[in-house]
Amino acid sequence: MNLGSDLSIWIAALLTLCIFSFLYRDNPLYKFAEHLFVGVSAGYYIVLNFWTVIIPNMWVPLERAFEGRGVNAARTGAFAVELGDYRIWLAVPGILGVLLFTRLFGRIGWLSRWSLAVIIGVYAGIKTTGFAQGDFVAQVQGSLIPLWTGNIVSSLNAIVLTVGLVTSLLFFFYSREHKGALGMASRIGVYFLMVGFGAGYGYTVMSRVSLLIGRLQFLLEKWLQIG
Amino acid sequence: MPHWMERLDRRWIFLVMGLLVLLPLLFPLALPLVVSPRVQGFHDTVAKIPDGSTVLMSCDYDPGAIPELVPMTQTALRQLFDKNCKVVVTCLWNGGPGLVDNVVRSIAAEKGKQDGVDFVDLGFKEGREAVMVVMGQGIANAFPRDYQGKDTRSLPIMKTVRDYSSFPLLVSISAGYPGTKEWVQQVQARFHITMVAGVTAVSAPEYYPYLQSGQLQGLLGGMAGAAEYEKVRNEKGSATRGMDAQSMAHVFVAFCILAGNWVQWSKRKKEKA
Repeated sequence: MNLGSDLSIWIAALLTLCIFSFLYRDNPLYKFAEHLFVGVSAGYYIVLNFWTVIIPNMWVPLERAFEGRGVNAARTGAFAVELGDYRIWLAVPGILGVLLFTRLFGRIGWLSRWSLAVIIGVYAGIKTTGFAQGDFVAQVQGSLIPLWTGNIVSSLNAIVLTVGLVTSLLFFFYSREHKGALGMASRIGVYFLMVGFGAGYGYTVMSRVSLLIGRLQFLLEKWLQIG
Repeated sequence: MPHWMERLDRRWIFLVMGLLVLLPLLFPLALPLVVSPRVQGFHDTVAKIPDGSTVLMSCDYDPGAIPELVPMTQTALRQLFDKNCKVVVTCLWNGGPGLVDNVVRSIAAEKGKQDGVDFVDLGFKEGREAVMVVMGQGIANAFPRDYQGKDTRSLPIMKTVRDYSSFPLLVSISAGYPGTKEWVQQVQARFHITMVAGVTAVSAPEYYPYLQSGQLQGLLGGMAGAAEYEKVRNEKGSATRGMDAQSMAHVFVAFCILAGNWVQWSKRKKEKA
């Protein structure tokens, strides 16, 4: 057997085994790997965000803005803004970002609410329009399909889709007691939902098993160099 | 008296599952694999774009999704590079940029592609949907520097890239939020850009409605989707090698579900009697 000599592979393999040891029972090796992961992740994310967001998107453009330069070289001046070239105005999100840290200083902690208000407002707006365009309108449009298409298979698909859609929606209609025709339709809707949950469960199993396969492939191919 | 299966130590189940996954990896069974229309759709959509186009590829995942999403990323990159397409890669997951960069560079090296000319890895950017919106005003606005720290605007590949209108295709490989759903909502729906996606199996059911409505032209779901894609491309990657183990594990899970239901059903029957 030819064991891999790369130190990083050895560290990854041993940490994988530490995590797998939890399957037998909770133990100090598992705890060590878990804590190491949390600590390393936190440090990594802070450094990553500093160098990939704060420096290139705020610090460098602000520095250039103070020199009167920006994205558009033809325009000079700290306030010569245009779409995509915000120059000195980048100080505004910078200040809002700093205000978030006022939460650490009790008496002026309320200042962080301004930043939070902007964040919540912007994301609520983006989410709402995105959902309306991408999900609501497009999905309603996609559901309005002819039941007979001239092809037996696609027609059957369209009928199943329409029946499933209508009965599933009726299941969530709570303004009337689910009796009679409504009761029957909502019951059919439950079956469709069950099929959906079953498919979701199957896919979840596939995902989790894939993780195990991935780790075993790593241990066999990279660490033990088998296969 | 409880049935012996009710008293079964679950570690036996872990052991059997472990063996059922390990053995097919050591001794492959070569079980048959059928290519589904959604995977064929993914391949055909990529095949249809003009050779030499510039494609946007967002790899929104972290190391937790390696077994499912790295194989499909590699196969998609190979297909794009074989068509001489230029690829602009982004990442909206903070755990992913290093991993994605390694994957992109390894396939680029395999195909003899040059950084900054044939491909660029723009790296990670925090902001989720906000990044997608800013990219609509200009890709370089959101990513002024690439993952290597080079000025994005100075790269030859970016000379023809302005915003989403520069791309005939968006390939989203994602493990969750932010990912394919957000790309559909923020970009596909607004800019009507042709889009295909590769996703983790656990999130795949969420995206079938987009496939049905035509918002997605193709979908790769988990390791099975990646393996089917490899089959279409006549490749034998890690997804194909893992599918025997996947199938065995699924059979075992189905058996456990049936056995569990049988125990509960016979118990209830006994109680009624």
